[in-house]
Amino acid sequence: MTLREGTPGMTLKIRTIGDSELKGRLMTMGLIPGTPVTVLRSAPLGDPMAIRVRSYDLALRRDDAARIEVEMAG
Amino acid sequence: MATLAVALTGNPNVGKSTIFNELTGARQKIGNWPGVTVDKKTGYIRHQNRAISIVDLPGTYSVNARSPEEKIVIDYLLNNKVDMVVDVVDSSNLDRNLYLTVQLLEKGIPLLIDLNMKDEAERRGLKIDTRRLEDAIGMPVVETIGHSRASREKLLDVFTSTVMLNYEPSPRLQAHIAEVKRIEASGRPAEEIEEELVARRYALIDSIVAEAVTSSALGQTTSEKIDAVLANGWTAIPIFIAMVYVMFQITFEWIGQPLADALGDFIGGDFKDMVAAQLASMEVAEWMQSLILDGIVDGVGGVLTFVPLIFVLFFCLSFLDGTGYMARVAFITDPLMRRAGLTGKGIMPLMMGFGCAVPAIMGARALDSEKDRLTAILVTPFLTCGAKLPIMALFAAMFFPDNAGNVVFGMYFLGIAMAILAAKLLSSTVFQGEPSTFLLELPPYRMPDMKTVLLETWDKGKGYMIKAGTIIFAACVFIWFLGHFNFSGMAEMEESFLASMGAAMASLFTFHGFATWEAGASVIAGILAKESVVSTMGILYGAGELSTEADEIVETASALAKTGMAASFTTLSAFAFMVFSQLYTPCATALGTIRKEAGSWKWTAFSAVYMFAIAWAVSLAVYQGGRLLGF
Repeated sequence: MTLREGTPGMTLKIRTIGDSELKGRLMTMGLIPGTPVTVLRSAPLGDPMAIRVRSYDLALRRDDAARIEVEMAG
Repeated sequence: MATLAVALTGNPNVGKSTIFNELTGARQKIGNWPGVTVDKKTGYIRHQNRAISIVDLPGTYSVNARSPEEKIVIDYLLNNKVDMVVDVVDSSNLDRNLYLTVQLLEKGIPLLIDLNMKDEAERRGLKIDTRRLEDAIGMPVVETIGHSRASREKLLDVFTSTVMLNYEPSPRLQAHIAEVKRIEASGRPAEEIEEELVARRYALIDSIVAEAVTSSALGQTTSEKIDAVLANGWTAIPIFIAMVYVMFQITFEWIGQPLADALGDFIGGDFKDMVAAQLASMEVAEWMQSLILDGIVDGVGGVLTFVPLIFVLFFCLSFLDGTGYMARVAFITDPLMRRAGLTGKGIMPLMMGFGCAVPAIMGARALDSEKDRLTAILVTPFLTCGAKLPIMALFAAMFFPDNAGNVVFGMYFLGIAMAILAAKLLSSTVFQGEPSTFLLELPPYRMPDMKTVLLETWDKGKGYMIKAGTIIFAACVFIWFLGHFNFSGMAEMEESFLASMGAAMASLFTFHGFATWEAGASVIAGILAKESVVSTMGILYGAGELSTEADEIVETASALAKTGMAASFTTLSAFAFMVFSQLYTPCATALGTIRKEAGSWKWTAFSAVYMFAIAWAVSLAVYQGGRLLGF
């Protein structure tokens, strides 16, 4: 599944990050294969979404989240 | 002893600016890094008889030289002799922060690690063993808590007493660095190398954090609880609208406007009388008195009265930004902004545009892509800035006395609608296909540091004061000259340069209903400074001194109504003139700022011309449409 499909409260583990403008930035901000992320919420209009990763909160657009492959953690 | 050169580096949102402001106070200089539009802040202090210079490098997550900020950080650190590089780290978010630390150490830059916001980390149940961290990295570590005197003294003591030469990376880090060198030299595809390096760095960081940090899991953090209301579900948008409403009330009703009126009363009253008396006693030539009193004191004074409005608005925005709320605003408005061809991060510069377009255009620096920046720069001047407001208020009071409030509100709305439309047009034509990105950290909510909020307010607002002292000063003298002279020397206003230029400009408005030389001259004056539109009309229609203060706008309107102005506009053509004034070419200062920020004359000219064209067309449509409808 992709991060886009995550619902609030879900903790997921990153598998791969697809190529995009953001790939390099996402990785340096600590989103690398194996990193757990928790979906916090969607913005009131459905997009973007907020996630918690490495004890900080990050907002990203759903289109970009769709490029991040994840699996259920644990 | 030579000056001790200190450089501050670190991630965004780690309290680095607060530390910088705490260290240097107001003794700082804000400039630009050469060739790029990124702020360069430098400060100087003395501590224990040692002169210290501090450079606040831009906040970055890494130094891959992907963005101008990252390039500045790494270039500065590699090419300048810096005695001490301070890496400011958010204690409650250690692993992501250490990424930059590790990268800098790989480049052979020794660091003093400043574990900032130690208190916040403890509230979140994190205990950091400083000794272990020091041993694991091999670099000195100091703990601070943002804005406190004790932290300031502690840091300064460390600056003057620590000798960085005594430190070298721990064996573990040296092994990592050797490994990095090996991978970099392996000749594999660059992308593969980068991925491998990122993974290695985080593996190293994870092992260090596992040793030095113990965390006792806590329940929901305060920020999460606040976000559940402010950034979530059906409450987020009404609260945002309420916040904006309160901010505008504070600015235009409760605090800003009363201050502006008091200042206006003083400048137009006691101050002007004093200058007049002084000039008379010195027996200054009549024309010189006219230039100083009617040209400069009225003109520059008129601009200065907006200073309180702008400062109050920027104070509110800086305060909200300091709390972390502006990041949430970007988060909740991104889908709307995106539909308009902008991104959520553009909301802050746009809101500044209601004060003054100049800092708003500079605020667009915060946006990620070139496309987002240029779009924000090009559409912001459509908004009703503090200087356009009096035009709207005056015309509304004069020609729509029963509906003044609604008409002014309508003009605000028109400005916003036009900005959205223009952004949409630009992104689907000129910037078509260019990517727009949105990746934004949502920092924890914090009580903002007042010193930082005030310094930021000052920094954003001072541009406006400088404008009053330079461009507007010059514009006032220039317009006064145009209005009092023609080729044969001093002349009556009706025969002056201004009248002939106004008449030439007016020919463009033949079908707009306001083709008078007075209106034409006001439009010209408005390109120099929007504040001049009303004052020029006042002079041209012979109403003498005009107050543009909110509490006197009705009197001003009735004073003007007794002049020829009432007769030269119909209700409809007055409305068309308002529409034109709302939308046309940015003022000279804003154009100058666009030139600097967009880095090209091409975009500056584009901005001037396309806004004039749009204003011309919309105003024409309003007038002719209105006539067809029988107004």
